[in-house]
Amino acid sequence: MKDKVMRAVFLAAACVCIVCVALICVFLFVNGIPAIGEIGALRFFLGTRWKPGQGLYGIAPMILGSVYVTAGAVALGVPTGVLTGIFMARFCPARLHRLLGPAVSLLAGIPSVIYGFFGITVLVPAVRGLFGGSGKSILTASVILALMILPTIISVSEASIRAVPVHYYEGSLALGATHERSVFSAVVPDARSGITAGVVLGIGRAVGETMAVVMVAGNQPIIPRGILEGVRTLTANIVIDMGYATDLHRRALIATAVVLFVFILAINLLVSPGSRPAAK
Amino acid sequence: MGAEIEISNLSVYYGAVRALTDVSLNIPEHGITAFIGPSGCGKSTLLKTINRMNDLVEGFRAEGGVTVGGRDVYGGIDVTQLRKRVGMVFQKPNPFPMSIFDNVAYGPRTHGVRARAKLEAAVEKSLRDAAIWDEVKDRLRRSALSLSGGQQQRLCIARALAVGPQALLLDEPTSALDPISTSKIEDLVTQLKAEYTIVIVTHNMQQAARISDRTAFFLLGELIEHGATEELFSMPSQKKTEDYITGRFG
Repeated sequence: MKDKVMRAVFLAAACVCIVCVALICVFLFVNGIPAIGEIGALRFFLGTRWKPGQGLYGIAPMILGSVYVTAGAVALGVPTGVLTGIFMARFCPARLHRLLGPAVSLLAGIPSVIYGFFGITVLVPAVRGLFGGSGKSILTASVILALMILPTIISVSEASIRAVPVHYYEGSLALGATHERSVFSAVVPDARSGITAGVVLGIGRAVGETMAVVMVAGNQPIIPRGILEGVRTLTANIVIDMGYATDLHRRALIATAVVLFVFILAINLLVSPGSRPAAK
Repeated sequence: MGAEIEISNLSVYYGAVRALTDVSLNIPEHGITAFIGPSGCGKSTLLKTINRMNDLVEGFRAEGGVTVGGRDVYGGIDVTQLRKRVGMVFQKPNPFPMSIFDNVAYGPRTHGVRARAKLEAAVEKSLRDAAIWDEVKDRLRRSALSLSGGQQQRLCIARALAVGPQALLLDEPTSALDPISTSKIEDLVTQLKAEYTIVIVTHNMQQAARISDRTAFFLLGELIEHGATEELFSMPSQKKTEDYITGRFG
């Protein structure tokens, strides 16, 4: 009897999660899809001008903006993060690890608005000083995002490298390989699927990040012509206009959210088959 | 350069624990020497001291001398060169998660061989020497993990041979294998002794009696007795050895 009650409680708890996802989906698609129809799918996805005042709702600049900024974050963050993960798993002296481990966790816990402040007060002037322009640019946003995805990539990489059975490492050493060669040629390849999962999780975070990007990206809804130009991402588009948007404008923003949602969904589907690095 | 292994007055410590006490033993070239004894007697420790795999263990310390081919293993030798000369095969088959070819080519590549033809020749020769070529020659690109346990272990022997060692250390190489795979490995090891100095740690006294030329019996970190295998098994000079080989303990 007690068993059954508890089982119902657990089931209900699990269902809350599924119901939330379902509700969000319903809300997004019910409000967003008709708006896309009203604007016209082609004019919505491929339109290069976002001028709600004139009834122009083209989100191509924002789609490109999200892609550019994310690509920049990946280019900067993935090598740094993966190498740091390898370092922490196999090269780091224990004393340094006691410092580095909490530092990485802390990096993950910093609210994004604080990253944004750091961007405005340090990175924007630095980029302006080094390259000219306003300093609010794809480059600046990419650097901030790279910092923000580091903890995810580092911790997942480190964990998947630690999960590699020690006998690969020993086998390599016994063949006369150095520590470095053994780690990079025998251990890391076996952790590849886990590292990939970490990278994709990081990409998901970069695509979805809003506040820090809004603060440093400039937010012009124009297709940028270089990495020093300002850019508006999908997330920024929603948060900037949402405060005052009404009617079709408002629904166009929800449609923007649908696009973002599909992006994130696609990324998560991409990672799911290889997301179990320690399952051996 | 020879591949005779000489151990003189060796004591090994893990932190405060003494794992080997004052062991002196001469392992001649081109023969099979078996280390036998109950679990925890130090036989694996001694094996891993020869190619310095014990360096990985925290708190490890060796006192006394170990030489391979006359060169002091613990005196300023390049560890990677030592391990190139003294190969090792582990208890659990541990092929890398890559193709059969890449597994065998791993050692030569590590030591700087890049030319395709050279690698292919080395891989084929090693696989032949390890008596597994006929079974894998048509699927060198397949993952090594697709092989059976016994095949994986012979692949690991091939991988060790590809580096061009003079000695092979086998740490209970058949304890995870079925009887048929075990007998294949035993045949293989017997063939290899013509060219290599072989040391095998085994729990299996019949195995030691079957394949080894010399046997060393360890108990609680001490070398109790060593000598020609036939003699040691037929007329052990020590009571402890006799008790162990007749199955009174262990």
